[in-house]
Amino acid sequence: MTRSATAAAAPPEEPGAPGPGAAPGGPSRAVRILRYLGGRLLTAAVSLLAVMVTSFFLFRVLPGDPVRAMTEGREVSVEQLEELRRQFGLDKPLWQQFADYCLGILRFDFGTSYQYRVPVAELIAERIGPTVLLAGTGTLVAALLGLVLGTRAAWRRGSAGDRATTAVALTLWSVPSFWLGLLLIVVLASGAGWLPGLFPTSGMSTPGVQGGFDSAVDVAHHMVLPVATMVAVVYAQYLLIMRSSVLDEMGADYLTTARAKGLRDALVLRRHAVPNALLPTVTLIFLNLGRVMGGVILIETVFAWPGLGSLFYSGLRVPDLPLVQALFVLFASAVIIMNLLADLVYPLLDPRVRT
Amino acid sequence: MTAELQKSTPQDGPRGAGGGARPEGEPLLSASGLSVAFTGRGGRGTARAVDGVDLDLHAGEILALVGESGCGKTTLARTLLGLERPTAGRVLFEGRPLAYGTRALKRYRHRVQLVQQDPSGSLNPRHTVYDAVAEGLRIHEGATADEERRVADALSRAGLRPPERFYLRYPHELSGGQRQRVVIAGALVLEPEALVADEPVASLDASVRGEILRLLLDLRADLGLSALVVTHDLGMAWNIADRVAVMYLGRVVEAGPVEEVLAEPRHPYTQALMSVLPESGAGEPQVLAGEPPDPTRVPGGCRFHARCPVLASGEAERAGVDTACRTQDPGVLSGSGPARVACHYAALGRGGD
Repeated sequence: MTRSATAAAAPPEEPGAPGPGAAPGGPSRAVRILRYLGGRLLTAAVSLLAVMVTSFFLFRVLPGDPVRAMTEGREVSVEQLEELRRQFGLDKPLWQQFADYCLGILRFDFGTSYQYRVPVAELIAERIGPTVLLAGTGTLVAALLGLVLGTRAAWRRGSAGDRATTAVALTLWSVPSFWLGLLLIVVLASGAGWLPGLFPTSGMSTPGVQGGFDSAVDVAHHMVLPVATMVAVVYAQYLLIMRSSVLDEMGADYLTTARAKGLRDALVLRRHAVPNALLPTVTLIFLNLGRVMGGVILIETVFAWPGLGSLFYSGLRVPDLPLVQALFVLFASAVIIMNLLADLVYPLLDPRVRT
Repeated sequence: MTAELQKSTPQDGPRGAGGGARPEGEPLLSASGLSVAFTGRGGRGTARAVDGVDLDLHAGEILALVGESGCGKTTLARTLLGLERPTAGRVLFEGRPLAYGTRALKRYRHRVQLVQQDPSGSLNPRHTVYDAVAEGLRIHEGATADEERRVADALSRAGLRPPERFYLRYPHELSGGQRQRVVIAGALVLEPEALVADEPVASLDASVRGEILRLLLDLRADLGLSALVVTHDLGMAWNIADRVAVMYLGRVVEAGPVEEVLAEPRHPYTQALMSVLPESGAGEPQVLAGEPPDPTRVPGGCRFHARCPVLASGEAERAGVDTACRTQDPGVLSGSGPARVACHYAALGRGGD
């Protein structure tokens, strides 16, 4: 693949007489970089636009009437229902609601939550920190674990260790995260038999714990189980990708070159195979970092973690249209932005993409 | 082509244990009774990729190892480099058996270098030309003050001039021939005594092949570099080698100075290979019949007998060697010396080996 691509991209140069040397041919480098950047930015912008439109209509197609849901079990008159509809702007024609929604987004105004009666932006600002903390930590730990285990498994492919590692990872991957979370709560938090409850069952902090260091320790203590649940369920994909890309690299002739030059096996792995095998995994990490915001809904719900996931869950039940719309846009933008970042970082890592 | 006739004294008897300076005529690198077998998965037979080979590479010599794909020539080359362990026999460097300890192997790999077939694959795509060439230096000597000079030197020796122009380029920005030159520069930078080149031009354009071969000849002339060149191309062997060894199914079946072996091939296998070269003028091309060789099932007797045209035509029977062909192993040829052939029929004609 590289060769045909090169034939087209590289200026024709004959081996005996190297042509124009280091000066790359074609349009100047800056122009090419700008063109690349522009292309990626345009794609990202189009995706964002599509997400905004989808978000508005998606939740209006869903069954459920927010006004009914919020007044359920209470005696309300038709007038009161109408009044609520008017407050929420649901009495306006759809096109006007859409126009209001679009204009609002332009000003970063996502409206007011139906159920909490506060601006959506405020709610999100309050909850975003915990989510990024939990899911970010989880993703990084999972990625690190997957990279290390995947590399070792590939290096000893076919061995008992390789098979055991892969089997355990796959088993955990197929476990539902809420089930594993509940199990961990039962065993390690509530206390089972002689086991005391080692970790808190829910929340992010213990009321009353004050002071920088103490509260940091307290939060970390609360994070152990949710992070463990998340890592257990997702690290398999990093492991599998890393394992297969290290295996791909291990067939490569340049490893033989390095070995034949006298490089020790461990260094052949560290200097040649792993850095090159990292490329696909880095992309995966970026994509998953994008999904971090919305990806831990179940775990946040199980552990009552005060993050965006549980906020989304509570919004969906109503449906609290302004809230879920905003969260949907936020989750999707995170994916788009991380994707864009991955595209921008990739050329730094792989010279072959640069030209 | 030039062919200095190598020392005419055959190296018989036990070699090695030479101690300090090696006596004139002792090979630089040699295989002695070398066998490499691979066990198939689930006990599906053992592949005898290399099955008893004696082969000597002398200082300043270019030796071509010729054979069709699957005959074990690449395995033999890899074993000579210590990349595979022999199941029997030894690799000798300067008369001393190759040690497989980490340090000994590292020292050895300072002195004998590998050039592989496909330069696109044998260069790390994310390393610049400079890093690729400097890697050997860094492995063996760490960071040295004159690193840049030596890298530049190796690059220009390999024909990449001016070298600075290539420092920061990546393999994918170079042509195939330039890449192979980078690989060769990476080998030269360690000032090795021998190169093992496995099909060094097979993946290159025809127009570039000649230049790379020329480079190997120049390096021999300028630096006295020995080379074992593995190839399936007899024409190339003819053009660059002093001696040639023809390999069939894990065994060397004919070996000797290149003009003798290729101008007057005696083994029916070599004859068949020569007959299909367009420029050989050997009359009718002879296409070998029978199953392609399978190293998991090496036939008894002469390993070539099932496909041998001499046996098939009944000529061997008339000469009275057909039973020997089917039942008697013609034996292992010695590693150097005059032209030799492992063939019962050819042995009659000239009092062969």
